[in-house]
Amino acid sequence: MLLFPLPHFPRFPIYSCSSSATKRRGTAMAAKLLSRLRQLDTRLISLQHQRPFFRNARLFSGQQIPSSDSHPSLPPTPTPTPLPPPSAGSAGEKRQRTSSLKDHELAKFAAISDTWWDSEGPFKPLHAMNPTRLAFIRSTLCRHFSKDPNVPKPFDGLEIVDVGCGGGILSEPLARLGATVTGVDAVEKNIKIAHLHADLDPTTSTIDYVCTTAEKLVEEGRQFDAVMSLEVIEHVADPAEFCKSLAALTRPGGAVVISTINRSIRAYAAAIVAAEYILHWLPRGTHQWSSFLTPEELVMILKRSSIDVEEMAGFVLNPLTGKWLLSDDVSVNFIAFATKKAEG
Amino acid sequence: MNRLVVRRTLYSNHHQPKCPWKRGFCSGGEAAAAAPASSASSGQLNHIINQKDGSFAGDDQPYDLAIVGGGMVGMALACSLATKPLTKHLKVAIIDSNPALANKLSIKREDPPDPRVSTVTPATISYFQDAGAWQYVQQHRHAFFDKMQVWDYTGLGYTTYDARDVYKDVLGCVVENRVLHSSLLSRIEDTDVQKTIYPSRLASMIRYPSSSVKADDNTREASYIKAGLVKLEMSDGSSLYTKLVVGADGAKSQVRNLAGFKTTGWNYSQNAIICTVEHSVGNHTAWQRFLPGGPIALLPIGDNFSNIVWTMSPKQASDLTVMNEDEFVKAVNQAMDNGYGPHPKSNFSNGSNKFSFLGGNLTMSTNESFEVPPKVVKLASKRAAFPLSLMHANDYVAKRIVLIGDAAHAVHPLAGQGVNLGFGDAFTLSRIIGEGVAVGTDIGEVSLLRKYEAERKPANIAMMAVLDGFQKIYSVDFGPLNVLRAAAFHAANYISPLKRGIISYASGEQRLPIFP
Repeated sequence: MLLFPLPHFPRFPIYSCSSSATKRRGTAMAAKLLSRLRQLDTRLISLQHQRPFFRNARLFSGQQIPSSDSHPSLPPTPTPTPLPPPSAGSAGEKRQRTSSLKDHELAKFAAISDTWWDSEGPFKPLHAMNPTRLAFIRSTLCRHFSKDPNVPKPFDGLEIVDVGCGGGILSEPLARLGATVTGVDAVEKNIKIAHLHADLDPTTSTIDYVCTTAEKLVEEGRQFDAVMSLEVIEHVADPAEFCKSLAALTRPGGAVVISTINRSIRAYAAAIVAAEYILHWLPRGTHQWSSFLTPEELVMILKRSSIDVEEMAGFVLNPLTGKWLLSDDVSVNFIAFATKKAEG
Repeated sequence: MNRLVVRRTLYSNHHQPKCPWKRGFCSGGEAAAAAPASSASSGQLNHIINQKDGSFAGDDQPYDLAIVGGGMVGMALACSLATKPLTKHLKVAIIDSNPALANKLSIKREDPPDPRVSTVTPATISYFQDAGAWQYVQQHRHAFFDKMQVWDYTGLGYTTYDARDVYKDVLGCVVENRVLHSSLLSRIEDTDVQKTIYPSRLASMIRYPSSSVKADDNTREASYIKAGLVKLEMSDGSSLYTKLVVGADGAKSQVRNLAGFKTTGWNYSQNAIICTVEHSVGNHTAWQRFLPGGPIALLPIGDNFSNIVWTMSPKQASDLTVMNEDEFVKAVNQAMDNGYGPHPKSNFSNGSNKFSFLGGNLTMSTNESFEVPPKVVKLASKRAAFPLSLMHANDYVAKRIVLIGDAAHAVHPLAGQGVNLGFGDAFTLSRIIGEGVAVGTDIGEVSLLRKYEAERKPANIAMMAVLDGFQKIYSVDFGPLNVLRAAAFHAANYISPLKRGIISYASGEQRLPIFP
């Protein structure tokens, strides 16, 4: 009986540091990405029958995007809605799994969503990492939009959307820095919590929280100067489609910031074994190693959506001081700043 | 789901000085079930809320910071925040009943010197220079000193420190407290920051918790608006709301009592007499002699004046305070010269000594001979005595509350470090608040304040330990211990790396005594 799940290695070699090898593997990576996604469906169908606690770990739909920073490991409460009848074909199966999984996910998030703003609770690593990722966002956005970083509200006049905002941990500081923030999440409870907490401070009560998905926003035709999606893409079934939606939400000349976890052995050891099983920082099953993206893959799928990654940084945790720092080491957590070409 | 009940209890200083402050809870819970709870408490809620819809009236907008205590350290924090681009937009309220804050008293150069002085270390001087307040200090009486001589009554050894040992110009500067205070006030007035002075004393403090909101409560209870804020009520009836309360109100801190911070400490059975004296010649050296009852320090304050800080038992202190001025001057001269014991023998070495193997160039001051301090001619101010004690708050921060200066720690004056620790606290807190504003943090959050505590607590505790150690070692008159102390004097004088380390620690360049 294994104490923790073995990493599901894709058939292709994974993380490579040499750039020439990366160039050769450029097309191989795209193919790898697609085949990885195809593999995922089949693998998880079989897993669902064998290992119950994996059932709720991944959402499949390209339409619905789960909330960010979710911890879907609490036992699901029974859902009242009936499952739709099974239809032929994998798309139909996906949708069926989507709705049943989604209700599970939503119920779980509802149960723990009260702890979003408890900085000692299950979201503690996120609160600890928040100032560090805000420092990166601040410096890259100020440089890109030519704003003076030495003022208290450098983002004055910028419209930013936080896709997968959860309880608003990122949205509130962005609003305090002067931006006009729209927070988007698929879980209604999260939006309610975020709304209530933001109303406590006049500067953050202007945040517009909406319970919707990135795709729906694209359908509404909304666009923003900067699109943030931190710690979301590793929970999404179709990262390529998700990136296309993010690109559509960005104005030409705007910025996209994505953060996620690298698919490397170190990340497996740190983010899954250490964080979930040894230190119990995150509930088990929060992350699937096979759904992590390497920096090269992220750059590739963003490029296919006409978004150019300009800067990337890693987060490292100093175990002695417990502080998160920005560094060049992207082997575990990393954040990428990208821009959309201006028109003309 | 917790049912929270509003309990608005007023704690005043007279009744329960040590009672931990109670949180005022907001009536929350399910929307339907909130009706009975809120009706019971709505009477109380209504006079917290100023307007029907619960928002703040124009004058009552919540402050970002409330500094309780407008002394040197509180003003240093306000000045530092006011002069940095990232923090000058913060709305600051200062609560102090001292009329000198509201109507600034002007200090003239020819005024007689006030006996309350402080020695500011070079580190503090550079903080003041960064804030732009040092220029105002230079317009009043102040005295740099670059030499210091320390010896004791046994006559077995002495140490001379010189700023040139560490390739600097000064060891420190002695400035009157009121000069420091008015310089900070002048600097704040230069900048056009939003600050309001509440000329009264703090009476009570209520904190509203912010994380007890429930998701399915759709009605916006007006009390939620107060959540995440602290309400301060003053003794004259006014009140204000603020995101962060800074306790800078001195050793008997009201904020610390109301917030329930526990402290550790003990009384030294010593009182300190302070007064200003005059010489016939200028004095540019700091002198400190350890007597059996405690150290006596003679610090130059400029214009032939010096300040005396004499520590002794309470009985001796009261005797010396009441005796007539001539007797007192004689006692002081004796204490600095050959009362209680002989002069130490001067050291004569010709460039090298048996400790030069420890490396480093020999410091210039090793060759200095023993000097007798200048004679005191007359007393230039009243004598004042106050008791000495050690105090340290176990925590400096709680949610939305932080302590700086003497409110957090009180030390023995034997090394002139007390207010320098306080200034270190103030300028560090202002830097941390700036870092928090840079990434959009709510400045009252505990995680941000803990950064301040993690930086200042080890440094403060280390300094307190060193000073307490000195105080204890020098309060015992025991033969072998005297010889040990004399050996320590010699060691400090001859072992150059040690001397340099002592100087740089005492001048604030080095944060911790052992690991820099």
